[in-house]
Amino acid sequence: MDGETCKCSQRFADVDDLGPLQEILERYRGEKGALIPLLQDAQEAYGYLDEKIMRALAKGAGYQLSQLYGVATFYTQFRLQPIGEHLIRVCHGTACHVAGAELISEEIYNLLGIRDGETTPDRKFTVETVMCVGACSLSPIMIVDEDTHGKLKPANVRKVLKRYMGESEEREE
Amino acid sequence: MSGNGRTKLVLGYGTCGIAAGAAAVKEALEREVSAGGYDLELDIAGCMGFCFREPIVEVFYPDGRSVVYGDLTPKKVPQLLQAAAAGEVLEDWVVRRSDDPTAGEGDFLANQHRIVLRNCGRLNPESIDEYIALGGYEAARKALTTMTPEEIIDEVSKSGLRGRGGAGFPTGTKWGFARRAKGDQKYLVCNADEGDPGAFMDRSVLEGDPHAVIEGMIIAGYAIGATQGYIYCRAEYPLALKRLDIAIDACRERGFLGEGIFGTDWNFDIKIKKGAGAFVCGEETALIASIEGKRGMPRPRPPFPANEGLWGKPTNINNVETLAAVPWIIANGGDKYAELGTEKSKGTKVFCLAGKVRRSGLAEVPMGYTLRQVIFDVGGGVREGKEFKAVQLGGPSGGCLPASLLDTPVDYEAITATGAIMGSGGMIVADSSTCMVDLARYFLSFTQAESCGKCVPCRLGTKRMLEILTRICEGRGEPEDLERLEVLAADIKAASLCALGGTAPNPVLTTLKYFRNEYEDHIFHHKCTAGVCPALITVKINRDLCSGCGACAKICPVEAITGEKKEPHSIDPEVCIRCKLCLSRCPEEAIYAE
Repeated sequence: MDGETCKCSQRFADVDDLGPLQEILERYRGEKGALIPLLQDAQEAYGYLDEKIMRALAKGAGYQLSQLYGVATFYTQFRLQPIGEHLIRVCHGTACHVAGAELISEEIYNLLGIRDGETTPDRKFTVETVMCVGACSLSPIMIVDEDTHGKLKPANVRKVLKRYMGESEEREE
Repeated sequence: MSGNGRTKLVLGYGTCGIAAGAAAVKEALEREVSAGGYDLELDIAGCMGFCFREPIVEVFYPDGRSVVYGDLTPKKVPQLLQAAAAGEVLEDWVVRRSDDPTAGEGDFLANQHRIVLRNCGRLNPESIDEYIALGGYEAARKALTTMTPEEIIDEVSKSGLRGRGGAGFPTGTKWGFARRAKGDQKYLVCNADEGDPGAFMDRSVLEGDPHAVIEGMIIAGYAIGATQGYIYCRAEYPLALKRLDIAIDACRERGFLGEGIFGTDWNFDIKIKKGAGAFVCGEETALIASIEGKRGMPRPRPPFPANEGLWGKPTNINNVETLAAVPWIIANGGDKYAELGTEKSKGTKVFCLAGKVRRSGLAEVPMGYTLRQVIFDVGGGVREGKEFKAVQLGGPSGGCLPASLLDTPVDYEAITATGAIMGSGGMIVADSSTCMVDLARYFLSFTQAESCGKCVPCRLGTKRMLEILTRICEGRGEPEDLERLEVLAADIKAASLCALGGTAPNPVLTTLKYFRNEYEDHIFHHKCTAGVCPALITVKINRDLCSGCGACAKICPVEAITGEKKEPHSIDPEVCIRCKLCLSRCPEEAIYAE
C-alpha cells in the first residue's frame, strides 16, 4: 500500500479454486471471533465474496450461511459482486462535499455511463462513493486503484481517467 | 534530530503527504542524493500537520536549525538538495523556520501547543529507536516499575483528561470502573475506528507516532488490570495498520509487549482488529460486537462494558488521542497537564481543520482557545479572502455554528451549550458558497445510511428527516416542514438506543437555529443563495467576461449552451440541468450560478 503503485494487473484467484480459501481457514482455525478477518481475507484473495466462497467458508469455519451473509451485508467493505479492472472511489466526506464532490461524481457518471456502485459493461471500471478517506486538505478527491487524485475539478476528470483506459485508447497528456 | 554532524532531510510521509505526491518526491530525493554524491541523510516522518503545503520536507542542519519547505515536486528536488548541502535557505519555499517563527506559515505552529502530536512529523514512525531517543517508553517503564495501578489512575484523574473520542467522559473515572470490576480476564480496547467524515487526527497519530498509542495502552492495561489489548482500526487506513504492525513487532522484540514486560512479572500484548466499514462501530457496544465477529449493532446499557464487555468480560475502551496523551501525563505529571485548559476541560485537543479554511491540517491547542483563535490565528482564516459563514464541529453528530459564536471557547460544556458537540475534533469551515440546508441534508444522508437499523427512532426517524430535507433542497418544501423537523429531531434524540441516533439531529437543529433564513429562502422564496441546490438555481454566463472559446458548450452534457465562436455564449435555462460542469471548465470564470 506504500506509494502509488498501480495494482491494475493484480489477478484474483478463481472462485472455483478453493485452495486459497483452505489456507485462510487454516490461518484462523480455533481463533475466537474470526468471522470478519475470514471474510476480509477471502475478499482479498478472490476480489469479492462469491456465493460459492461464502458456502465453502460457512462449512469450513462452522458458521451458518445466514450468519456470514448478515455480517457481509452489514459492513460496507464487503462486496458480493465482482468489480471492474479499475476501482474508482470518489470521496464524499464533509470537506469533499463542501468542495463539490457531487460534481466530480456526476462527471464520472457522464463519462462512463454508470452510476454509483455500478461497473461498466466492458468490466473496465467500477465507481463507488466512499466516506472520508482522511485526506481532507486535498479535497475533492478520487482514488483510482491505489492512486489518489486530489484538488480535482470536474473538467480534469476525463484526463485522469484516460490514464486508466488502456493501451487501445490514445493518451492525452 | 541531526546528531551526527550531517544535514538531514525528513520527508512528511503520511497518507496526506503520499496523496499529494510524496512518493514521487521520495524517489527523486533518493535518486538525486546518490547521483549527486551528496553527504545528506534522508528519513521519513509522519504528518507534521501542514497538510495544506504537502508534500513537505524538513531540513535539519548540524547546528540545530531546521527549515520546513512545502509544495515540493520531483522537479524541485535538485535545487532543494543543492541548498541543503550548502547550508542555504530557499526563502521563497519556506513554510517554517526554527530560527524565525514569523517566517512563512510559522504562526500555524507557533499558535499551537502540542502534546498528543508531540512527535508527529519529528520522528520516523517505523523506528522504535527514534521514539526511545525522544524519551519513549520511559513513562511506561516508570508506571510499571514504580507506581501502583491506583497511583496511575489517580495521576490520570488529576490531569483532568477526558475521552477524546467525543463523549468527554473523565478517563481516570472510567479506568477506576474497569479496575474495580471483578473478572479473571479484562480487556483494553483502543478505538481507532475514526469514522467521522472530516476527522483525521487519529489516522495522523497512528501513522506519525504509533508508539505513543502503544505506550498509552501498556500503561492503561496495567492500571485497569487488562493483559490483552486490542486496537480496532479502520481497514481504510492501510498505512496506519502497517505502521502499527511494525511498531508492535518492535515492542515484542524489546520486551515492551509480551510476558514479563519491562522486567516485571506483568504480561500485556496487543492484537489488531481491522474494522470493515461501519460508522456505528465507533459506539462502544457496537465496536465490541464487531470484534466478536458479529454485525456491529449497539445494545442497551447497563451493563456497561466496564463490567460486561468483550466476550462478557470487563473491558475498557479509549480513543487513540486519549491514549496518546497518557504517556505525557505519566512522564510530566497530571498537574502539569491540568495547568492547560479551562475549569472542566483540561489539557489540549487536536482539531482537523478542513473545508474553506486557508491552512487545512492538524491543530492542537489548549482547551479554552476560542473557535476564532483556532480558525483564524492557527488556520489563517477563510480561503481566497472570502467571508466566514459557519464552522461545522463534531461531524455528523455535531453542529454548524455561525460567526456570532466564534468567540465560544473550545470546552466540552461551552460547545455543547451551543447545540454542537466537541466530538472527535473535525472542524469544517464553510464560506458563502456552502448551502446550510444542503449541508444538513448531507449529514442526515450519512447518518441515515449508517444507522444500523436496530431501533425505530433512528432507523425510521432519520429517514423521514432526510426525506423532508431532500424535498426542501429540491424546492418542494412545505411551510410545515420546519416544525416537522423539530418534532422529529426531539423524538429521535430522546428515544434512540445509542449516540448515533441521539446526536443525528444535531446538524439539522443547529442549522435551523442559526441559519433558519436559509431554510425559509428555500421553502418560501425558492431560492438557494449559496447557489448549490440544483432545483433552485439558474446557471448564467456573464457576457462581458465570456471570450466565446466554446469550452463550456463542449462539456455540456445536454447541449444547453450555444453561441458563435469568439462571441459571448448563452445557456438555455429550459434545457440546462444545472449540473454546473461548465463552471469549472470556463477559463474566464464567466459562468456563475444564482
